[in-house]
Formats: sequence, C-alpha cells, structure tokens
Amino acid sequence: MLKTFKIGGVHPHEWKLSAEKQIEVLPLPKRVSVPVTQHIGAPAKPLVKKGDIVKTGQMIAASGGFVSANIHSPVSGKVFKVDQTVDASGYRKPAIIIDVDGDEWLDDIDRSDKLVKEITLSGEEIIKKIGEMGIVGMGGATFPSHVKLSPPPGKKCEILIINGVECEPYLTSDHRLMLEKSEELIVGIRILMKALNVNKAVIGIENNKPDAIKKLTELTSKEEGIDVQPLKVKYPQGGEKQLIDAITGRQVPSGKLPIEVGAVVQNVGTTVAVYEAVQKNKPLIERVVTVTGPAIAQPSNFLARIGTPIEQLIEAAGGLPQDTGKVIGGGPMMGKALTSLEVPITKGSSGLLVLPDEAAHRQPVKNCIRCSKCVSACPMGLEPYLLMIEAEKEMWDRAEEDRIMDCIECGSCSFTCPAHRPLLDYIRLGKGKVGQIIRSRQ
Amino acid sequence: MSIVLITILTLAGLGALAAVILYLASQKFKVFEDPRIDQVEEVLPAANCGGCGFPGCRAFAEALVKADDISDLNCPVGGAEVMGKVAQILGKEVAKSEPKIAVVRCNGTCEHRPRLNQYEGAPSCAAASALYGGETGCSFGCYGLGDCVDACNFDAMYMDEKTGLPVVIEDNCVACGACVDACPKNIIELRKKGPKNRRIFVSCVNEEKGAVARKACSVACIGCGKCAKVCPFDAITIKNNLAYIDDEKCRLCRKCVAECPTNAIHELNFPVRKNKTAVKETATEEK
Amino acid sequence: MNQKLVISPSPHIHSGDSIPANMYGVIIALLPALATSVWLFGVGALIVTFTSVAACVFFEWIIQKYLLKVTPSITDGSAIVTGLLLAFNLPTNIPIGLIIIGAAVAIGIGKMSFGGLGNNPFNPALVGRVFLLISYPVQMTTWPTPFASRLQYIDAQTGATPLSVIKEGLSNGQTIPELMERIPSYLDLFLGKTGGSAGEMAALALLIGGVYLLWKRIITWHIPVSVIGSVVIFTGILHLANPSTFADPLFHILTGGIMLGAFFMATDYATSPMSNKGMLLYGAGIGIITVLIRCFGSYPEGVSFAILIMNGFTPLINRYMKPKRFGETIKTARVQTSK
Repeated sequence: MLKTFKIGGVHPHEWKLSAEKQIEVLPLPKRVSVPVTQHIGAPAKPLVKKGDIVKTGQMIAASGGFVSANIHSPVSGKVFKVDQTVDASGYRKPAIIIDVDGDEWLDDIDRSDKLVKEITLSGEEIIKKIGEMGIVGMGGATFPSHVKLSPPPGKKCEILIINGVECEPYLTSDHRLMLEKSEELIVGIRILMKALNVNKAVIGIENNKPDAIKKLTELTSKEEGIDVQPLKVKYPQGGEKQLIDAITGRQVPSGKLPIEVGAVVQNVGTTVAVYEAVQKNKPLIERVVTVTGPAIAQPSNFLARIGTPIEQLIEAAGGLPQDTGKVIGGGPMMGKALTSLEVPITKGSSGLLVLPDEAAHRQPVKNCIRCSKCVSACPMGLEPYLLMIEAEKEMWDRAEEDRIMDCIECGSCSFTCPAHRPLLDYIRLGKGKVGQIIRSRQ
Repeated sequence: MSIVLITILTLAGLGALAAVILYLASQKFKVFEDPRIDQVEEVLPAANCGGCGFPGCRAFAEALVKADDISDLNCPVGGAEVMGKVAQILGKEVAKSEPKIAVVRCNGTCEHRPRLNQYEGAPSCAAASALYGGETGCSFGCYGLGDCVDACNFDAMYMDEKTGLPVVIEDNCVACGACVDACPKNIIELRKKGPKNRRIFVSCVNEEKGAVARKACSVACIGCGKCAKVCPFDAITIKNNLAYIDDEKCRLCRKCVAECPTNAIHELNFPVRKNKTAVKETATEEK
Repeated sequence: MNQKLVISPSPHIHSGDSIPANMYGVIIALLPALATSVWLFGVGALIVTFTSVAACVFFEWIIQKYLLKVTPSITDGSAIVTGLLLAFNLPTNIPIGLIIIGAAVAIGIGKMSFGGLGNNPFNPALVGRVFLLISYPVQMTTWPTPFASRLQYIDAQTGATPLSVIKEGLSNGQTIPELMERIPSYLDLFLGKTGGSAGEMAALALLIGGVYLLWKRIITWHIPVSVIGSVVIFTGILHLANPSTFADPLFHILTGGIMLGAFFMATDYATSPMSNKGMLLYGAGIGIITVLIRCFGSYPEGVSFAILIMNGFTPLINRYMKPKRFGETIKTARVQTSK
C-alpha cells in the first residue's frame, strides 16, 4: 500500500499534457511589469524611480517587514515608471515597469551550469541569504521562505519534507524541474537541511511521475538522510498538512503551523531556487511556468522571467485558441481565473491553464440533496454543506464552532458536488468574515 | 354518572393544582424589569433592523432606559418623531437629527462602463469582492449582485435590470444603514435627505487617476477639480482623484452639476432646468 | 478572442457527477429486483411498478408546475426512484386506486410539502407505504403466492409471507423449529421465491443492485453494513438465548424488507446522516428497531417503521455526530516533548 493522507480527497482526471516537454527558455519580453506584492505579507518598497537604469538581478524593491520579500529586477534596462497596474484579480496594485534593453546581469551572479556541491555558508547565513534573494514558496502560496525556515523559539524541526507532489491536474512544472534539475534539487535539500539543522529529509512524489521517482531514488541512494517517498495519487496531497500526514502520519492540529509536529515543507521549485540563491548568488527572477489547456497547440513548460506578460507565454505555446472561455493562473482546482492577458508572471505562477468556453462555465445550481459526498471528500474532515448554509445565513458563531477556519480551500467539495453548489465560494466568504471576528476579539 | 363526576373532579383538581404550582413558580422566579422598557419598546418601530447599533428594538429600548444621556442614541427608522416620544417617556433630552437617506454612488451602467469579463460565482458581492475587482475596468464600482438589496429590511431597494445597479426607493428608505454595511465597495452612503428631497452628490467612488477612471467608465469622476473651484461654499473636496460633496456645507446651488465634464455629479428631485438640455439622473423610479 | 473571459472562484473543474446520474444509478440498481419480481409475480408486478412510477412523476410534475409554480424537475429521476421504491413495498395485487393514493401521499406530503428533493425529513416512498399500511391493512397484507397466478392481477392467489407465518405461529403457541418447516428453504428465500411485496423479497437481486451502488460510489458501505450487521448481532443474541421463540439471523436478513431497506431506502440521501459515524449509528438504530418490532411488536415486519423513526433522528445525529476532523488524532507525544 502506498502512503497517502487519511481523510477525504478526490481523484480529478490528470491531464498532464506537458509532462514530456522539456523546459524551454522563453525569449525576453520587451517590457516587464514587476508587482511589489508577489508574496504573502507586507508589500515591498520600491527602490528605483522612473528613468533609473537597472541590471538583471539588481534589487529594485526592499522587503517591507519581517513577513515580506525583496524583489529583484528580472531584466536589464530602464525603469519606465513605478505605477499602478492591473493585477490578476482586476484590482490595481503598484508595480515597477521596466523597458528591457539587452540582458546585462550583475557581476556577482554565477550564470554557469556548473554544479556547486560544497556548502560554505553556515545555517544562519543561509537563511539570511535566502531572505536577501527574495525566495518565496513557489508552489503558489508565496509565503516568504526565510520566515518558514526560522522556527519560533522552543520549536524544533525534525524532518524536512520536499513537496514534489504536484497534485493539481495539468501542471507539470515541478515534475520537469525534478527531472531536469535533480542534482541541483539534492544540493538545495542539503542547504535547507543545514539551515534547519535536521538530518532527515523526504521528497514526496505522487506515483503518476515514475520517471521522477526513479531518477531521484537513484540520486538519493548515495545520500545520507534524504529519501524519496512515492505517494498514492490523490488530490489535495500537495496541501502542506495533507503531505505531512501522508509522509509522517502526524496531523497538524487545528490553527497550528506544521512546525508543531516538527515538520517543515518546501516546494521543489523553491528548493531549486534556494540552491541558485545560496550557491550561485542568483535572486528569484525567473521560474518554470506550465502553459497548458485542452485547446493549446503546444502545451509547454517555459522558464520565464518574472514580470513577463502572460500573453507572451500563451503566444509561445501556440497562441490563444479561438473559443477561449477562461484563463487560469495556476491549476484548475485552486488557481485564479484571470481578468486579462496583460497581467504578468509572478513568483507564485506555477502555470497558465486555458480552458475552452464550453468548460469555462458553471452548471446551474440545484437543491442540496444531502448526499454527503462533500463530507467524504473534505480532506480536513469538515462538513462543507453545513458551512455553506452557515455562511449564507450569516451564522458566524456556528461556522466557527464547525471549524470553518480549518478549510484549506482545496475545492474538493465544489468539485464533487452533484448539485453543483458553490460550496467553496461561500465557505471562503465565511472564512473571511469569521477571521475578521476572531481578529477583532483579540 | 359517578364516572362523569369523578372525571370532572379529578381534572378540576389537577387544574387547580397546576395553577397553584404555576403561580408559585412565577412568584419565585420573577425578574424585575423596568416597566419603562416596555413603554419605550411600544413606541419604537419594531423593525428590528439594527440600524441603531443594537440587536433589535428591545435591546435598544433597554439601552435607552439604562443610559443617562440618550443624545447619541438614535433610531434612524423612527427619526425625530419617535425619539421625541422616547424622550418624553424617559424625561431625557434627545438630539435633533436630520432625516437621512441611502444614496448609491455609482452610475456604471452597462453603456457607461463596458463589461470586460463575466463573473460566474456565488451571486454575492461579498464573495465576488474577495475574488476580484469586478466585471469592468473599474475596480471601485458596483458589482450589481445585490447584497444591499438582500440586506434591506424595508423593501427600499431593488436592482434595476437594465442598468444592473441598485435603486433606492426614497419613500421606503429609513436610513438604517444596513445596505451601507452590506456593500463591500462602500458605494452606498447615508446623506442628508435635503429639503423637498433635493440632493446633490458625486455618483462615483473611483479613486484612479482621471485617464484610467475615464477609460473604465464614461461617467467616472476624474478628479479634475472643476466642481471644487466653482463651488461658492467650499463644500467640495478632492481626495485621491475623487470629488466629495459635504452635505453639511452644500447649499444645493447646482453650479457643480453643470460644471462636471463627465456628468458624475447628480442632482435629485430638482425641477427640470429650462435652458439646459442635459438632464441628469432619472429620479423617476420613486414615483 | 471573441468573448469575455469568465471569472469564477476555484475550483474550475467538476467531477461530472450530477443528481440525475445518481438517481438513474439507483434506478439501474433496482432493475434486477424488478426483473425477479416480474419472474415471480408476472403481470401484477409490472402493473404495480408502472402505475406507481407514473403516478409519482405525474404528482411531482403537477405540484411543481401548478402549486409551487417552479420549473418541474421530473427529469432528475428522483420521482422515478420514489415511484419504484413505493411499488417495491406494495403487494402485487393491490388495487390501482390505492397505488395512486400512495403516490400522492409519498410525493405530495412526503416530499413536496417540505420543499422538494433534499428537504424532506422522511423517506417519501415509506411515507406513502406506511400511510397505505395503516389505512388499508387488509389489502396491504395479502400477498400473492409466487408463480401461482402470473397472469392474474387483483384476483391472484394469495398466501402469507415467512414473517407473518412466524408471527401467527408463535402467537398460536408453536415453536420456531416447527414453523420452519412451513417456510421455503433459505436458498429459495435468497432467490426470492416467497410471498412478499413486489421488490423486497429478492435478496440476491437486491444484493446485486447494492453492489452496483457501492461500485458506482452512489452510496457508501456504512449504512447497509450497520443495518444488516446490527440485525444479525441482535437476532443472533436472541436466537442463542431462546431458539424456540426467536428465528436465526440468516432467516431475518433473508426475509422481509431488510435488503431493500438497507441498500435502497435507509441510504436515501436526504434522510440519512452526513457523517460516517452518524451513518453507522443510524444504521444500527434501524436494525435494532426492526428486530424489536419483528420479535416483540404486533406487526410481523418493521423495516419501514424503523427507517422512518431513524429518519426523525437524522437531524439530531447530524448535530452531534461530526466527522473526524483533521488533526484530532494527533500523536500527542511529539507535541509534548517539543514543548
């Protein structure tokens, strides 16, 4: 029996169209737009102004607090302006817009492909470096990595878990990274282990990526303390709490962080970025993005600079199909529908999914037939049907009692509902309201 | 015959016993309550709308009786009339409040504000605002999903299907403020009702720069400041590229209305002007 | 691009499951039992089933269209399921008028008066069935003998069901071992060759349907297993205590409506609890009440009453039997050492 998490879960069709496609380097765009909020936490403060000349890798916005991240210029060129631009959700947010001119990197960045295995920095220096280089969780949550690597006093990390699950349908960027940057990944794990001062690391990979499991098992057979754990395919295995449960059998208590059970989880992409930051001095200025969809001519994995308009990525994958109905930033289960194609790639963009019009619409909502399929699907052991009613009827105290704040917004309930009820829409709304109430109480 | 008699007697006895028990219990567990609470509750409108900030009229009545100074407590539904009666009962002073009314500060109809995408989620403004900025280029304007209409307890609002915007029915609106709280975009404001219901307000809350706002919506306030210059009473301020008319200072001279280049300033319930062809808001729904 | 981009919250894909898919799944699962019924009772089974389904669909349509003034949803299959289940609970020689009354009560009072599919607290088919059972006890308890008169309808040759044989026999002072000789063999009971309502006696066919439901994930194992399990355990204890007055467990699960009830009626979505723990409790309750009625009550059969009684407890079970939350069974030793 392969390991997996214990409660709930669903089995969406996989549609990994781009799994066999090598990572291609995307040509530089003419103009990039780099938002100052690409992470959870305080926005970064811009350090440049209109007309400044910047080099690739130069810091252009400084971290705005402890939970925040530095932002570096992904290109070289001239700052066109620092202004509001429309972001993925249609709100206007400040961004630094740079006109690209050549590709001149900062001198201290090592751009060679040579694998640097020896880790010279100490644990603390590594965490500081990761913070300086603006590394954030690249699985989509964009939580600043240096914060995650600094456990609160009194808590000790016992195991490092590397998230190579990629349970979202369609997405393949982590899969490709594991195949093409496997050695860098292993060094990255070593760096993280040193920073956390742990001697055990497990790479969790779902069983639908046998090539990645094989390659990494071969590589780690020589490595002390690093193991590969194949996992049974089930969504949302890539959720932090579910992955810890699957690998260690420990469940993070309600409202607590993974460190409570002695675990720290990092995404594969983040780990490779950590390697590049610590060993090559390269800030987080580019990432692998899967561009895919049923009607996309060439589903691909691109290495794209942060700030590249998504239009350009879709163009490179064969252009936007005629009957496009929806463009999603991220995967189909948790991704965000985008309001326009002008929005840029950010640190958290793991993929772009283009859905045709027929697949873009929701079905009409019917009565709840109380089939309890949402209850069996919920990986957190909640009752989505009840939480939706409570959110609709504004029964916030009851919703809190029924642990609405535990919801990880994986979408398994809405995915599975035979009556097509917008369960997660209302639960998310309720989470917002209950969160406000809890905060105001403190 | 004796059966009937026994039955009657038993039942009568049981009834009498129960009455005694109930009487004793009611005496034993009696809670003293200020009789004025009932009197005050009697004059309150019993709408239980929460517009006063208390959970229902009973709670408000209790607060009124308990408070030493009731001048900062107000029933928006009953207005001065009801508060006057309350003050009479309690023998306390009440602040004179001017009647207010809810005003929808967005005129982004389908023709003024082209739709760029299509929302298909839960039909709730709160849910939509957590997700994204809106179907149009304006991320400040109305979603048109009717959270305010749902919140209204007085049938004072409806969604105009043609414009996709909520409309306030002036006769029904009691200014309880439920819609103001329900709107995630803070579009609805309680403003002074004005003499003969005449009001002037900026029907836009877009804080973008003029060009951006104008591109998203043809009737957006572009923050040009012409209205502020022309206003003889200093009632208009420009903040974050957005004009705001202070209803305390405004004397309803209507100079700003004519001045606004995007027709963002609306006048309500004024007689039609003779020389101007540009008639602004159609305030006819209320009739 | 010709149209506007659609914006909706995640998830953006759906499993493809739907209410009709579930309802038609149940209908497919009921077909083997229907076929057995036709094989045993002939034309009567067809007439009863057809009338019941047609009447249920008709009442649903007319109530939605003219009384509630909503778009009729008869195509979702739920009225057909109610009609089938009602028919399966009726003798195959029942007058057509009674079937129509039963359907009107099932749909009108059992389902629509509460707001339609999903809002009904009691299983509609059973509401109809129990209404008929109490109002027309004679017609509802004379069952045709299998094979005897497959081409007759009302005037079919009638006989008793195994459960009523036992009940009567015990009240006449006979013992179980004596009575067992008047009852068909267990193999015949398993195949359904005995008297009974249209669809309830064919244990094998119902079992096939139940497995189909489980395979299609229309129901989960919890309710059927706990109903049958609790019947087996309870009757087993009684049988061991006094074999002369209590029949053995196998007899109990092969007769009457246990199979139909466990797989098709107790598992009704709207009226069964939502959490797995709750389902187990609910199923056990049905099993125990059924045995109580069968062994100690005055009716020979009690599945319908048991399910209706437990339907009433469902909201309470939902309130207090919450699913196992994530993080509840944490290995606490770890947390404590880390403090």
